Amino acid sequence: MSAIEQLFSLPEYSIDNDKKRKLLLSELNVLTKFHYSNCLQYKNILNNLNINPETELDNIEAVPYLPVRLFKTQKMQSIPDSEVLKVLISSGTSDQQVSRIALNRDTSLLQVKALASIITSYIGNKRLPMIIIDTDATIRNKSSMSARGAGLVGLSNFGRNHFFALDENMNLKVDEFIDFVEKYKSEPILIFGFTFMIWQYLYKKLKHLNKKADLSSAILIHSGGWKKLLDQAVSNEIFKSELYDHFRLKKIYNFYGMVEQVGSIFMECEEGFLHTPNFAEVLIRDYVSWQTLSAGENGVIQTLSILPRSYPGHSLLTEDMGTIIGIDNCRCGRKGTYFTVSGRVPKAELRGCSDTHAETVLSAGS
Amino acid sequence: MENLEKLKKAFSESLEIPPEDINDALSYGNKSWDSVAHLALVASVETEFDIMLASDDVIDMSSFLKAKEILGKYGISF
Repeated sequence: MSAIEQLFSLPEYSIDNDKKRKLLLSELNVLTKFHYSNCLQYKNILNNLNINPETELDNIEAVPYLPVRLFKTQKMQSIPDSEVLKVLISSGTSDQQVSRIALNRDTSLLQVKALASIITSYIGNKRLPMIIIDTDATIRNKSSMSARGAGLVGLSNFGRNHFFALDENMNLKVDEFIDFVEKYKSEPILIFGFTFMIWQYLYKKLKHLNKKADLSSAILIHSGGWKKLLDQAVSNEIFKSELYDHFRLKKIYNFYGMVEQVGSIFMECEEGFLHTPNFAEVLIRDYVSWQTLSAGENGVIQTLSILPRSYPGHSLLTEDMGTIIGIDNCRCGRKGTYFTVSGRVPKAELRGCSDTHAETVLSAGS
Repeated sequence: MENLEKLKKAFSESLEIPPEDINDALSYGNKSWDSVAHLALVASVETEFDIMLASDDVIDMSSFLKAKEILGKYGISF
């Protein structure tokens, strides 16, 4: 059985990290070679960095990594345009440039399978009545899709009788929401939405109206980042405790993920830590030396994923800071690396060191 | 209506493809069958046969041929 088949056939979060890293490494080596041969920009970057893709790397830390920002300035694609099934577009909040990620059928199917493996390990294989805290306008564009839309569609596979709870002006359909919860009160409901939107358009709205809804058996999955909420001094802890107080909502899972690596998301566990699934790994790097850091040390998050087949996104340096908490020994019982995200890399730090790896790669690629 | 016709109808209506263009080779990524259309397809198949598919079957249903195979698990034969 090939490495990728093993990673997909073993139960989610069950693989000892040493074994998992060996399996990931053999697949990542294949991907580095594939993208080198099929994406000219990627080939130029590796050539400029004097990296030979034919070298069989013996550790995951040595896999070349690209700054995620590169996908905003370059067309990074390893397939002919005729094979492009869908283009994903990042939300692009802080600056106007957006990433454009071209997916082919293979990559798209792998993303869906990986996400299924992760999500069903949390909620089971039975599809649940589902409330989406968003407007259905988000998924209407056929040829390209926003990161938000991709998240909604991906998660919708695990639900049924989908109810989009917001209108196009982001107003909660209050009565329909209450009716939906009432209608399915005898079974768990799956609720999905973006962190900020759940806080602003669901929680705050119903609190303001002083309307309660019993979500004690519901499961909430949310993502999208904390920046906007931290501006309002709302931490993950406050988010959870307020939703519990108002809705009796106990099962709340955040996940960390990015449009450049859709599918291999990092789900929060019951202990509050983000877990690496079978298909992915994280490394933490010091932003001056770019050396990998040990558990407990804060640095820039690098994410590795075996899913990207249509673009060279299998090893990315993010612009987020984080800390590995431990490996294989989380109290929740899941194997693998678990970590926390502390926020964005300060802009000054990225600009500050002129000879950083990030900038070397950026200039090599331009 | 025969099961095969019912399945073709479900595919045809949700993917907006004429029934005569639906055959075993039709698979995810062809024509209008993308991730959004897939959600409509699942709902349509469930309504047509009055069943509820499990998550792994929703994910695995990546071709017309595969759909027939999966429906077999729900006691629907072709």
